[in-house]
Parts: sequence; structure tokens; C-alpha cells
Amino acid sequence: METHLLVSSSPHIRGDDSVNRIMWTVAAALIPACAAAIFYYGAGALTLILMTVACCMGFEAAILAFRRQNPRDAFDGSAAVTGVLLALIMPASSPWYFPVVGSLVAMGLGKHVFGGLGYNIWNPALIARAVLQLAYPSRMNLSGWPQPGLRLPAVHAISGASPDATSQASPLAKEMLQKMMDKFIDRMDTYAGLLVGGLPGSMGETCRLLILVGGIILICLKIVDWRVPVFYILTVFVLVALLPPPEAAKSNSWLSDPIYHCLTGGLMIGAFFMATDMVTTPITRKGRMIFAAGCGLLTVLIRFYTAFPEGVCYAILLMNTATPLIDRFTRPKVFGYVKPPKKDK
Amino acid sequence: MAQTKTFGSVFKSGITTENPLIISMIGMCPSLAITTSVRNAVAMGIAVIAVLVCSNIIIAALRKIIPGEIRMPCFIVIAASFVTMVDLTMQAFAPPAINRALGIFIPLIVVNCVILFRAEAFASKNTVSHSIADGLGMGIGYGLALLLVSSVRELLGDGSFWGYKVSLSYAPASIMLLAPGAFLTLGLTLGFFNYIRLRGAAAAESAAQEKQCGCAGCASGACGAK
Repeated sequence: METHLLVSSSPHIRGDDSVNRIMWTVAAALIPACAAAIFYYGAGALTLILMTVACCMGFEAAILAFRRQNPRDAFDGSAAVTGVLLALIMPASSPWYFPVVGSLVAMGLGKHVFGGLGYNIWNPALIARAVLQLAYPSRMNLSGWPQPGLRLPAVHAISGASPDATSQASPLAKEMLQKMMDKFIDRMDTYAGLLVGGLPGSMGETCRLLILVGGIILICLKIVDWRVPVFYILTVFVLVALLPPPEAAKSNSWLSDPIYHCLTGGLMIGAFFMATDMVTTPITRKGRMIFAAGCGLLTVLIRFYTAFPEGVCYAILLMNTATPLIDRFTRPKVFGYVKPPKKDK
Repeated sequence: MAQTKTFGSVFKSGITTENPLIISMIGMCPSLAITTSVRNAVAMGIAVIAVLVCSNIIIAALRKIIPGEIRMPCFIVIAASFVTMVDLTMQAFAPPAINRALGIFIPLIVVNCVILFRAEAFASKNTVSHSIADGLGMGIGYGLALLLVSSVRELLGDGSFWGYKVSLSYAPASIMLLAPGAFLTLGLTLGFFNYIRLRGAAAAESAAQEKQCGCAGCASGACGAK
């Protein structure tokens, strides 16, 4: 096969990237979000995060030992990142066995069944979250989906009047713009609440601003490709604006609000930390854009037209499944490669 | 493959080395669908044993008469008659809850791979007594595998065993009663038995290598030197 590596003559530049360094950086980038979770949910959140991380690393070490590999690899940070992410997508009201079961599922079924770090098809933290959701639906639904309409009745009452206003005959473009601005200002409170926190959600979904901060740090360090979160969130925004809203949107106009959709649920943490996982997402730039757009499409489809309120988890898991396919179709052209001429039949 | 078949060896291989669910991986569909409780699994196991033994007897007895070209329809007709008997008997005597839970999967035993596979691979080539042993062994092996999978699923998913609550300190995870739980349990069970099997094979291999005793000590006998 023509897979010889071409090694040019010295000097060589040695990159200092390693699994250790990257993974611990990602873990550090999640610290602001953890701080927010602890700020909003108190010491319970801290216990939950520490417990999940400890369980993940413990199970990782145990499984590595069982597989006769070096148990010290449990400290390479990947298990810690999975642990923190898993903790952040669990509700703050999680009972003690959520971290234990979740970590076991993430490490065992999410990762080592496939051969360990680098071989897993799906994001381990999301696998654990999906299993927990199916295993304990009553526990997971309590704080799955934030309902700002209930929290801020005043804002909701004002926005409730807008459908009547827009149904006037042939409004001018300028008026439309004015109305959209008014609507935006009306809803500022909720948007701010969603960004900063204070609305119910799972632990890491509360304060989106700090997730954004962590994500931007990772983008600046070039650990995360900016295309993924940007394309993911952009796709959600555009599709919510374009697609026909579901039946429920008639009684709750929030459901057809693109900005609201971009700020709710697990979209931020999903777009910045889950859809950018190095193992389970495509490696080419084009592939990553397709991946992110696909995640956005599936998220909106699930949110709009299925019984599930939130689709980020399943959207990313489904696109993880498609990753090898995307990689195959976006294989870059080898430099100097000439397409063979078509043979005459 | 055992050189000389005896009633006992045929019976044993159905449970262990040729277990339909765990080794041959046939009859997966009902094993995923009905293993939500131990009661269902036992009822299903009994039904499969009954059908398998009866159809094996008839097929082995008729094996010289059935023309090779149309053997499959013949097997299905024979299996279908016994399945109908079992189905009607169960509807008459089994608890209604079990009938409701098993539902379509009793009639579907007709096309269950275990029945047709044993008919094709064993009963149509062997004597009646060996076919009885094969039917019993395979049926019991299948039933035991169902029992194992369903015990795990009922214990973890419902916190009970045979319908009785087991007082344990964990919250039952309803995923184990759903389809994903079935796949997870079955997959992990197969993995566990494969692990044991491979470890046994590796140990045997290393032991054989240690002995270094040539043809006489070779367990396989595949080369034909005796």
C-alpha cells in the first residue's frame, strides 16, 4: 500500500500536544460552568460533580486493569472530562446513584466496550445521559426543560399579544422590523435569564455565559474547531426561523422563537463541548461543518416534531453514528492527485 | 464435534457447547421481546421445549419419507401443528397475564430459528432417540439462557424476581425493561460467555504448548493421525 510516511530531513518541530494536556485543558475550561452550577445549586452540585469525576476515573482505572492495560491512563484527563460533562448534564436534583450508574455506563458501555479512548463511536457522557434518561424518566424529567413562560408571566403576557399584531393586513417592512425589535426588547429579560442563569435546567445548562467563556477559551487554544459550535447554533437559529412551528407553538409563542431555542436546553454545552469531542466527530473541516449542521437539523426536528422536549443529546449521538460516513465522503484530495481519465467503454 | 453420539452427549451439547442462544445466537427475537420477567421466560422456555422435542421426534421419524426438495415446508407444517397445540393449551390453562405478555411470540415459535435449525441440522439426519436428546438439550439450553437474561432484566428493571418484590436499596432502572435494556443484557451476556470461552481456549492452548507432546497429546485430532 502507498501509506509510507514521508519524513523530511531534520530539523523537526516537535508538537507538545498530548492526550494529557488537551484533556486537562478541556477540564479546566469547564471550571467556570462548574462554578456557576455550584453557585446556583449549592454544595450539592459540588458533591455531585466531584462524585461523578471520582466514579468515572475509578471505573476507568478498574476497567483498564481488567483489560490488562495501564490503570494510570485513568489520569490522562479523558475520564475526568467525561465525568465533569456528565455531571453538568445531570439535573441538580440527581440522587446518589446517578453518578455511579452514569459513570459505569459512560466508561464501560460508552468507551471500553469499543476498545477504550479513541475507539468509542459515541460520546460516553451523552451515552450515559441517554441511558439515565431512559432508566429513570421520572427523575430526569423534573428539571429537564426550562419553562420561562411560567417563571416570568409578565413577559409572557406581553409577547402573547404579538400574534394578533402581526396578522394585520400587509405590514410594511419597516413596521415588521420595528415589531421584531420590540419583541426582542420585551423578551430581553428571559434571554438574559437564560444566559446568566436562574432558570431551571440541568446543572451545566443553567449559566450559558460561562459555558460560552470556556468554549471560547478552547477555540482560542485551537483545541476546539470554531466551525462546529458556530454552524450548530446557526443551523438551529435558521431552521427554527424557517421551519413551520409545531402545534404547541400556537399557545406558547416561545416555541417558535429562534433566539430562545439557541439559548435553551443543552444546546450551548452540546455545541461547545459535546459536538467537538475529538474522538467521535469528523476530522476534516468540511466534515465538521456537515456534522454540526446535521446536529442542528436533528435538534430542531426533535424539538419541533417529536414527543421529546430536548433533542441535543440524541442529535449529537445520531451524528456520532454518521461520523465515519462523513469522514469517508469528505476525504481530502491528496496534493498533486489527478483524477484518472474516464475509460472508454 | 463428538465422534460418537450418545443420548447424554447430544443432550449436554445443546445446553453447553452448542447453546442456541449463547453460542449459535439463534432465536434472538423472542429472547429480546419476552425476557421482561422470569415468569414469561419460563413459560416461553417450556413452550419451546415442548414444540422442539415433538417436532424433532416427528421429523426424525419421517426423515426418510420427506423429499429433500420440499423439506422446509414439511418442517414448518410439523412445527406449526405442535405450536398450535401448545398455543391452544396455554390459552386454556396458563394464567391470562402470561398469555397476554407472550402474545404473538407463541404462534411465532413456528418460524423460530431454533426449531427450523434443529430440524434441518439435526433431526432430519439422526435417529429418533438422538433427536429427542437434541430437542431436550437445545430446548433446556434455550430456556436457561432466557432465564438468565430475564432474571437480570427483571431484577434491575423492576426490582423483583418471579413477580415478588426484592427489597434492595437501589431504584429500579426502567431501561432494563425496554428494548435497549434487552439489547444491553443480551450483548453483555454473550460477551461474558465469549470471554470465558476464549479464556478457556487460551488456557488450553498454552497448556498444550507447555506439554509439547506432539501428535499424541494434540486435542484436536483434526489431522487424522490416531
